[in-house]
Amino acid sequence: MKFAVIVFPGSNCDRDMYYAAKDALGEEADMLWYQEANLEGYDAILLPGGFSYGDYLRSGAIASTSDIVKQLREQADKGIPILGVCNGFQILLESGLLPGAMLRNKNLKFMCHFENLIVENNDTLFTSKYEKDEVVSIPIAHHDGNYYCDEETLARLKENNQIVFTYQNNPNGSVSDIAGIINEQGNVLGMMPHPERAVEAILNSDDGLKLFQSMLENWRERYVAGA
Amino acid sequence: MKLVKVHITLKEGVLDPQGKAVQGSLNTLGYDNVKEVRVGKYLELTVNDDANIELEIEEMCNKLLANPVIENYSYTVEEGVAQ
Repeated sequence: MKFAVIVFPGSNCDRDMYYAAKDALGEEADMLWYQEANLEGYDAILLPGGFSYGDYLRSGAIASTSDIVKQLREQADKGIPILGVCNGFQILLESGLLPGAMLRNKNLKFMCHFENLIVENNDTLFTSKYEKDEVVSIPIAHHDGNYYCDEETLARLKENNQIVFTYQNNPNGSVSDIAGIINEQGNVLGMMPHPERAVEAILNSDDGLKLFQSMLENWRERYVAGA
Repeated sequence: MKLVKVHITLKEGVLDPQGKAVQGSLNTLGYDNVKEVRVGKYLELTVNDDANIELEIEEMCNKLLANPVIENYSYTVEEGVAQ
């Protein structure tokens, strides 16, 4: 399986993401500069965390206007799995690939520690290796991770089972304790916590590895079924 | 040249933790009459004279400058300083 990791100016979790795919999972991965990236031929696209364009204006807003987002939309429409973590999630929101917006954390603090997440939906290509309601330990590291959407959008997210992860102890004020959501089609996942920072025991948790393993398992099933 | 002044504020009903913090601080200083503070953004754009400027500013606000999910915007167009 071949992963693309898109590097924006200010990405700083790109190597962690690359490491998770390449070394922890043991699959192929490329780091691609956003201006030169050609996303054709990749089996999955990873948008890493960081501070694209210094978080100016709003986190992820300026990155969402770059040409690469056009390619992202095309790949998303084709059903290619896209995972956006932290700033990657913010970019997905700002570009409209996922609904909602990010506000500053409720306590105005940058927070960087492990949080317990509840797997609300394990019926996705990103979470099939988890149990439903499984509690996993994944680190967060953000200042603007307070997920917000209006009531109508929230009702739709619930109805379609698009809320994939929630916080056990909501650290940032997110609506309905939301930590990660998926699009209706089921191939674009955005989450604030960092699964790529929890892929082996030496990092204090390997609970994030199952997310990448789920992607791989799903790709293999599709590949075998399609062969 | 025209000078466009854009004001962006969080929509009503959207929690503004920064505003709350500033309000708390003002109250601590003894300004008890301050009941709410909303913190926003102010941008100045110097643009060429253009008949469509208002339409373009609306577009810019909706596409990039403001996030319509959480923010409202307003703007004024004034005579700018010739450069």
